[in-house]
Amino acid sequence: MSPREVRLSTTPTPEAIADLRLGDVVYLDGLMYTAREGVYMRALEDKANIPMELPSQSAANFHCSPAARINADGSFDMGAVTATASFRFAKWLPEWMAKTGARLIVGKGGMTSNDYKAYFVPNGAVYLSTVGYGTGALLGRGVESVEAVHWNEELGLAQAMWVIKCNKMGPFIVASDLNGDCLFERENAKIAENVARVYEGTKPAVLKRYGESDDRTDEVI
Amino acid sequence: MMYLEARDVIPISVIQSTAEVLMDKAAIEIPQDYLDGLKHAAKTEDGDLSSFVLKAMLDNYEAAKEDRRAMCGDTGVPRWFVKMGNEAQVEGGMVALEAALRRATANATNGVPLRPNRVHPLWRTDHNNNVGIGAPEIEYGFEPEGEWIDLITVHKGGLFGTDYRMLFPSDGIQGIKRFYLDSLMAFGKRGLACQPAIIGIGLGGSKDICMTLGKRASTLRIVGSRNSDPRIAEMEDEFKELGNSIGMGAMGFVGKNMVIDCNIEVGYCHTGGMPMSVHAFCLSSRRAVARIHADGRVEHRTDPNWFTPYQRRETIDWEPQREAAE
Repeated sequence: MSPREVRLSTTPTPEAIADLRLGDVVYLDGLMYTAREGVYMRALEDKANIPMELPSQSAANFHCSPAARINADGSFDMGAVTATASFRFAKWLPEWMAKTGARLIVGKGGMTSNDYKAYFVPNGAVYLSTVGYGTGALLGRGVESVEAVHWNEELGLAQAMWVIKCNKMGPFIVASDLNGDCLFERENAKIAENVARVYEGTKPAVLKRYGESDDRTDEVI
Repeated sequence: MMYLEARDVIPISVIQSTAEVLMDKAAIEIPQDYLDGLKHAAKTEDGDLSSFVLKAMLDNYEAAKEDRRAMCGDTGVPRWFVKMGNEAQVEGGMVALEAALRRATANATNGVPLRPNRVHPLWRTDHNNNVGIGAPEIEYGFEPEGEWIDLITVHKGGLFGTDYRMLFPSDGIQGIKRFYLDSLMAFGKRGLACQPAIIGIGLGGSKDICMTLGKRASTLRIVGSRNSDPRIAEMEDEFKELGNSIGMGAMGFVGKNMVIDCNIEVGYCHTGGMPMSVHAFCLSSRRAVARIHADGRVEHRTDPNWFTPYQRRETIDWEPQREAAE
């Protein structure tokens, strides 16, 4: 059975978000911006003014640094685009979402269901995961143009805030819903049933390490 | 001295231009051995989501080649392995070679373009060209004969899928299996290791060499290759199957393809220990190789052919005839 495909605006209506199901494949249209630790620290900790109208221009935050360059004449060339692992940004996301009205958090690997229930659902937001990882060339094809690069001087190319215009950009996979359910945790639970059998016959290392968990159904993130 | 002067010297300009081509190829073209491995995986995969992911990846490789754009937006941390025949000479010497590889790395970062991933660990300084202190890494190997130089670039991901542990002889094969599974479970969930991957295992050596062996096992050996020690080759088969029996596939979704291949490399270690490292070379297994001959000819390939009998030698002196006869 192939997954259901959905076209979604980067300024989605509450109804469009409510309609998304775990495992749906999404293609995005509209403006999306990249923001990761550099942008979060500058906007939230250094209190710099965010150089975009959010969420009216875009409600989609991409955890990404593109493979791209800024040409001498100020134009941009964007090659491949893929996401970076999102769990590292949990520290900043609640405040970021409250401040910017982000409804789509796009990245790699998703967050925990605790994160979804605590601040995604109350903000009417869901998580979209990139596929692979990573389908960088396919996503690059979905970038119609680079509209702006903010804070390049302050943060460098990799951490700057890239504003890209998406045209059927994808695929992405819906990894959380408005119940706060988590696609990856659902999959982990299915895989966990088999774990004891795979480990049969092995034994713990003679030298233990601090903080070691012996429950392989635990996640280490 | 007469002999030295009579030899052909490899022009530094050929080294730099070849290195730039390699940077481009590594970022854009998935090596054929990995592609064949993934196509086979896609055929056998029956998990709905895992299947979708593998098909998307196959489309992605095509798109990358058609558009000449990097296959993944995280273009990894470019590094170099240089192997030289014993008689090879480089114009300007090894300092010129290192400068040429650094220039090629910087030029390709802007040219392909690649993501400028390399930053200072504390100050986060980014030169926007993947060059900095100790970056790109340049490692060397030598072979007993030849006037050629092999340039190998690998752009491996830098964050997840790698671990090290000091095991002991009493841990035995079952302890090795357990740490292998632990690494796959820890980094496979949510697909952090970007699997299915070429898993490299380093066994033995001192701590740093253990990491080096495992990293080279994942990045410098191709899918389908086997260790020259038949008992280690058997372990490679068994470990590949074990990893694929977890029930975890691409992105950590339910599936049966986690390991495209498992390569093990060993080195002699302290008598009391059995250090082990595990590495995952991802869905974008970026590697490209070229041999530059003394007459300036350049031959491109994707198999680094790093682990020759000479690299795995056990004897004090290198006696190729005796080795061959055994």
